[in-house]
Amino acid sequence: MAQAATAPSARNYLQELLPRLVLAPSFAAVLIFVYGFILFTGYLSFTDSKMLPSFGWVGLENYSKLWALPHWWRALGNLGIFGSLYIIICSVLGLGLAILLDQKIRAEGVLRPIYLYPMALSFIVTGTAWKWFLDPGIGLEHTMHQWGWESFSFTWIKDRNFAIYTVVIAAVWQSSGFVMAMFLAGLRGVDNEIIKAAQMDGASNLTIYRRIIIPMMRPVFLSAFVVLAHLAIKAYDLVVALTGGGPGQATELPATFMYSYTFTRNSMGIGAASATIMLIMIASVIVPYLYSELSTGRKS
Amino acid sequence: MLRRLLLTSVFASGLALSAQAADQVEVLHWWTSGGEAAALDVLKKDLESKGVTWQDMPVAGGGGEQAMTALRARVTAGNPPTAVQALGFDITDWAKQGVVGDLGAVADKEGWDKVIPAALQGFAKYDGKWIAAPVNVHSTNWVWINKKALDAAGGKAPESWDELVALLDKFKAAGITPVAHGGQPWQDATIFDGVVLSLGNDFYKKAMIDLDPEALGSPKMKEAFDRMAKLRSYVDANFSGRDWNLASAMVIEGKAGLQFMGDWAKGEFLKAGQKPGADFVCIRFPGTQGSVTFNSDMFMMFKVGEDKQKAQLEMASAIENPAFQSSFNVVKGSVPARTDVPDTAFDDCGKKGMKDLAEAAGAGTLMGSMAHGYAAPAAVKNALYDVVTRHFNGELDSDAAVKELVTAIAAAK
Amino acid sequence: MSAAAPDTAVRTASLTRILIYCALILFAFYYLLPLYVMLVNSVKPLDEIRQGDMLSLPQQFTLDPWFSAWSTAQIGVQPTGLKPYFLNSILMVVPAVAASTLLGALNGYVLTKWRFPGDNLVFTLMLLSCFIPFQIVLIPMAKVLGLLGIAGTTWGLSLVHAIYGIGFTTLFFRNYYEAFPTELVRAAMIDGASFFQIFRRILLPSSGPIIVVTVIWQFTNIWNDFLFGVSFADSYSLPMTVALNNLVSSSTGVKEYNVHFAGAILAALPTLIVYVVSGRYFVRGLMAGAVKG
Repeated sequence: MAQAATAPSARNYLQELLPRLVLAPSFAAVLIFVYGFILFTGYLSFTDSKMLPSFGWVGLENYSKLWALPHWWRALGNLGIFGSLYIIICSVLGLGLAILLDQKIRAEGVLRPIYLYPMALSFIVTGTAWKWFLDPGIGLEHTMHQWGWESFSFTWIKDRNFAIYTVVIAAVWQSSGFVMAMFLAGLRGVDNEIIKAAQMDGASNLTIYRRIIIPMMRPVFLSAFVVLAHLAIKAYDLVVALTGGGPGQATELPATFMYSYTFTRNSMGIGAASATIMLIMIASVIVPYLYSELSTGRKS
Repeated sequence: MLRRLLLTSVFASGLALSAQAADQVEVLHWWTSGGEAAALDVLKKDLESKGVTWQDMPVAGGGGEQAMTALRARVTAGNPPTAVQALGFDITDWAKQGVVGDLGAVADKEGWDKVIPAALQGFAKYDGKWIAAPVNVHSTNWVWINKKALDAAGGKAPESWDELVALLDKFKAAGITPVAHGGQPWQDATIFDGVVLSLGNDFYKKAMIDLDPEALGSPKMKEAFDRMAKLRSYVDANFSGRDWNLASAMVIEGKAGLQFMGDWAKGEFLKAGQKPGADFVCIRFPGTQGSVTFNSDMFMMFKVGEDKQKAQLEMASAIENPAFQSSFNVVKGSVPARTDVPDTAFDDCGKKGMKDLAEAAGAGTLMGSMAHGYAAPAAVKNALYDVVTRHFNGELDSDAAVKELVTAIAAAK
Repeated sequence: MSAAAPDTAVRTASLTRILIYCALILFAFYYLLPLYVMLVNSVKPLDEIRQGDMLSLPQQFTLDPWFSAWSTAQIGVQPTGLKPYFLNSILMVVPAVAASTLLGALNGYVLTKWRFPGDNLVFTLMLLSCFIPFQIVLIPMAKVLGLLGIAGTTWGLSLVHAIYGIGFTTLFFRNYYEAFPTELVRAAMIDGASFFQIFRRILLPSSGPIIVVTVIWQFTNIWNDFLFGVSFADSYSLPMTVALNNLVSSSTGVKEYNVHFAGAILAALPTLIVYVVSGRYFVRGLMAGAVKG
């Protein structure tokens, strides 16, 4: 009991520190296994690493090689097309389906899992199913011809100018249901009093959605954006299963490019350089967005 | 770095020792389809009869690409498998890292030097030491022709480029797809192997193996790309992305006339109940009779703890057992890596394959396949894939493709 | 109709409702299509698939591909089917999901109820970790696992998955707890409840919905992972997805598409069941806060 005077302060101190101690292991793990590895990758991009990491410094050589590759430009361009279409279509479709499903639909319990289930499947094989379906020789086009619609033509997956859009179709299929669930949850959280008040004022349904409900979905858009953007950047299985990057290199994405250079082409240095550039791009899109969202969240 | 890697590997295998006492081999491979795996099971049973347990580590996908990624992680972690299925320059690259084992004890005793073709030894040995045990030899310059379609077109198998073009025109006139093909980079490159080889052994060697910029940029190379473009015009509209075995199925069903593919395609024909000579015809790519571009599956042996070495050598010896070489390759469609294995168990195409191989090995025209990683390292191989595929898909014309090929290969070297 | 359902705020006319149903059903077709392709081809004999009409119903119905995929299909040297790999996947998924969910809950609790200077930066850094392309971590991670002596073990795999799941689980719980009334926590603090007591007695009991969301998300992602499984497992711990890949993408052999599709559905069954059974809780859980910025 002699320490009675100091004990509470020590205890307080511990109390003060405890939350941070609890957070510390996770934070340390993230620092090492995410940011540490990112630094390692950044370092590798300046080395002559081929099959395994090696530490001969070559300066910017990997970067100059990388930017000279038409393959890499193709991958970047495709990510631009794929990423923006994928995020926009998923958000719009997800919101649309959620609004429709929120109209007291009787069969909601049946429809919702139907929209959601693709997220549960691995693309290793649903990719094959899509590949077949999109293949003009055995899939949709073939079936339409058999049904008598001879002029029907759907050959995007074989066309190097359109193949990237088939990747969008399959990717939207996989994740729009999940986005729908997020929006549905958001819609269910909207206070009915607000809507009733607007209806009293004589606002049409369209106006209510446009002016009141959709703006309230702002936080959902953030979460959807985070989830979709990360899926778009990591899109790898999808491309491999659906097109293998082809026809030609028409559907290569940075993720497939990076994997291919790092592991199958034994050019780890160039692979690391492409990864570094990808990470910079990700950070430059996400950080400002997160920052603005987090700070407005704080104010309200 | 390297020394630390080795230290950890010794440490890790020491740990493993305490857990697993008996002789055993852990084998990383990508033979997971029915026939291949059944063939490999012969090896497993053989080893088990000698008291060696087989730990299976199958990783399929993309001609071993996934397996090589897994291998990299395993070696980095200091936990390499005992034996790894590997191809061509990958073996040399691993040997350079100093992580492979030494099979000298078995190879010397069994006289591998004398029975395995020198071209294969170039890959199975590093620095004069045996590091890998070759299982088979595939050759890639084959053509598989539907017999009925061929008979309808005159019945004579083409022996030159012009005869090939004439035959393809007849197929076209008969209303079938002349060339069954799957538009995947490695398949495009497999045809390219044959096309380049058809322009001469020296040219193939200079361009594909020596990577001589002059040969790569020569008018002959343009001729090669022109021939590719010509072949492209005989392919159906749906070719892109098609698996090779679906292309084989087109020939089997008579929807297409022929397919350019390595000898693994034979398995598809046999599985469909077809007989060589009666239902389908196997010939070398026109103009390449007497030469063979090969692709050989080998088991590369990694440095393991002393406790595992006995089992490792046991396995190497079992792989080079002539009886195994025969039974495995009959199933696999390839031919034995040893040239002293009797051909009695093989069908006509297999017999021809063995004869061609022995001839080519003797004449010095047994050369590594570019498409399958036996002519140049992975970076160069894939750089070539890029150009060939883009050209085949119409993104580049032949002149541009030649230029692109020279720069791409120079950048990848 | 809206009178009968007091919480339906937005009223719609009956013609509009018909259109809504049509649209919803149309989209249901879009979502069901690949599953239809897989199902219908998984009960056809291979010859029928080879004929090339993949959208038609089977002329000859067979369940053999399913039995084959489960117990006799060639995964490696021996025809084991996918059966033995299920256990590996479960052993890998359960600890990883449990650990990352628990850590996410604690992190979310600290980040919202025990704020400290710089907490937003910590959160941002953790959130950003969701975006790391996994391909770049393979080699350094393999090195670390080797140094820890758990390379090639199921535990090692679980650890990797748990670490890379923390970002998402923290995001989910933080957003959920953000909406949780801080007054309750304050009151408990004044009553002398400790850090963990408050977590256990006050936050955890009302975290049901978000736990469902997190578990579903983590379970699906980890179950379906291929890259880590193929790189960090050895012959004893190969997960389901690697086995499925071996079944599907064998390079130079006959491709039995019907077995592939049956195997794919089998492999996805656990996640499918989780989604269908808990779909309602899923939306409720998202609604309860996961989606709030």
